[in-house]
Amino acid sequence: MTWRAAKVVAVRDETATARTLALAVRDWPGHVAGQHVDVRLTAPDGYSAVRSYSIASAPTSDGRIEITVERLPNGEVSPYLTQEVMVGDELELRGPIGGWFVWRSDQTESIQLLAGGSGIVPLMAMIRSRRSAGSNAPFRLLYSVRQPETVFYRDELRALSNQGDSVVITYAYTRVTPKDWPRPAGRINAELIARGTWPSNLRPSSYVCGPTSFVEHTTDLLIAAGHDRARIRTERFGATGERK
Amino acid sequence: MNTSMNYLDGNAAAGELSRIFALDITAAEGQCAKCGAKKPFAEAHLYMQCPGLVARCAGCDHVLLRLVNAGRRVFLDVSGLNWLALDTSLQESGR
Amino acid sequence: MAIISRGFAGRRSAADAKLPPGQYLTTDFPVLSAGPTPRISLDRWEFTIDDGSNVLKRWDWKSFRELPTETITVDLHCVTRWSKLNTPWEGVSLDVLLADVKTDLPYGMFRSYGDYTTNLPLKDVMNKQAWIAFKYNGADLEPEHGGPARLLVPHLYLWKSAKWVKGITLMPHDKPGFWENLGYHIYGDPWLEQRYSGE
Repeated sequence: MTWRAAKVVAVRDETATARTLALAVRDWPGHVAGQHVDVRLTAPDGYSAVRSYSIASAPTSDGRIEITVERLPNGEVSPYLTQEVMVGDELELRGPIGGWFVWRSDQTESIQLLAGGSGIVPLMAMIRSRRSAGSNAPFRLLYSVRQPETVFYRDELRALSNQGDSVVITYAYTRVTPKDWPRPAGRINAELIARGTWPSNLRPSSYVCGPTSFVEHTTDLLIAAGHDRARIRTERFGATGERK
Repeated sequence: MNTSMNYLDGNAAAGELSRIFALDITAAEGQCAKCGAKKPFAEAHLYMQCPGLVARCAGCDHVLLRLVNAGRRVFLDVSGLNWLALDTSLQESGR
Repeated sequence: MAIISRGFAGRRSAADAKLPPGQYLTTDFPVLSAGPTPRISLDRWEFTIDDGSNVLKRWDWKSFRELPTETITVDLHCVTRWSKLNTPWEGVSLDVLLADVKTDLPYGMFRSYGDYTTNLPLKDVMNKQAWIAFKYNGADLEPEHGGPARLLVPHLYLWKSAKWVKGITLMPHDKPGFWENLGYHIYGDPWLEQRYSGE
């Protein structure tokens, strides 16, 4: 898979620490929702760093994709992408990558999306893909975040909630809840799974994405609720440049 | 098993492995040579922050696959897999 | 030809002439691991030296901690190109552990909890060149960095400093360990930039 040039054509802040970059990619072959790209940065002395980012946008034919990058406190690449990069800059990327953690618009079964933090990104691509393809597949999203300010795509998700025939969204807050929230802050538990996801007898396909600990915990809860392991697909995120 | 959660999964290695495999590896099913478990490579536990890439069986932690970028050469060890079955309809489209 | 990213420098500090070739200085302490972090309770921990057939020496944690220790400050050079200088450790010298071992086997395979191994000539771990370290910066060595105890061989690349070390198998010939059999140099001198095999 070759490295392609990608030009930054727009930037948009999602939260105080996360930014979406819109990229025009030379000879982009198109993608399927859920796939990711590897981004490579090279310093003038040849030092390079590579990081993976999920594609946030629905498949299109205009050679453009969006990625949403969260700035990590000790990150090497994310501070550059969220604070330094400007419209007009060029990056290198390879992709699209991944044939497992994908949703194709010809899938008709009920879909359960479970996002932990920045794990929302590839799931948002699936939601956007569903809309642009005109699909009626039943979608539910359970989105776990630390606090209300860390929700990505907030306005778009709110607009979705207000439409009929659309994606049912349940939020879970692990550290700080909105005012007058009926549930105290905490990790996803069996009660939230029961209340916020499709029942197992509907045999949905589930997509779980987020930090490894979120994925393991949430997958265990789905299985305990009767979901078939073979119908659960996972993608684990983590700091690839772990520093201690 | 692994309580430190210091791993990713096969999805994270797919870009690197695309240099070697023309077909998508994440959806490929493989059999662990130690415990016999058959799972998609996407479910393997990936350790990416060491001098090489190490994929381990999610069930028994046996090393399934290792990759090292050693200057001019790439070293690949797949001795921990009995076999890998890749779907020919899932080409790496970035070619 | 890679596209140069305007304004990107990465994590590195300015180049330092005292570093081995191709290395850059880091101030943090990266955690690199090839597998799950072993959780070894001290009442199960042991360190053994064997010759492939017989166990020649064995220590449990209590007897190990009764051995004389040293505090040392050493530089670390990882083959992934980061170097960390003046790191403070406390450990037991391999000279102490090998003192009563009568052998003419010149090599050792160092074995760790988990499945990690690395090979070393015994002469490279003697004469004040190597320790089994159990404290870093005055505190008990954390599991992520190899605790309860790790090998420390600062004159070679850091992959030789096996974390979670549990023993040595003495060998007549040098045999490659976990990384040495997949492209890394059998010896690994950072000052000669011996990163990979066959170069």
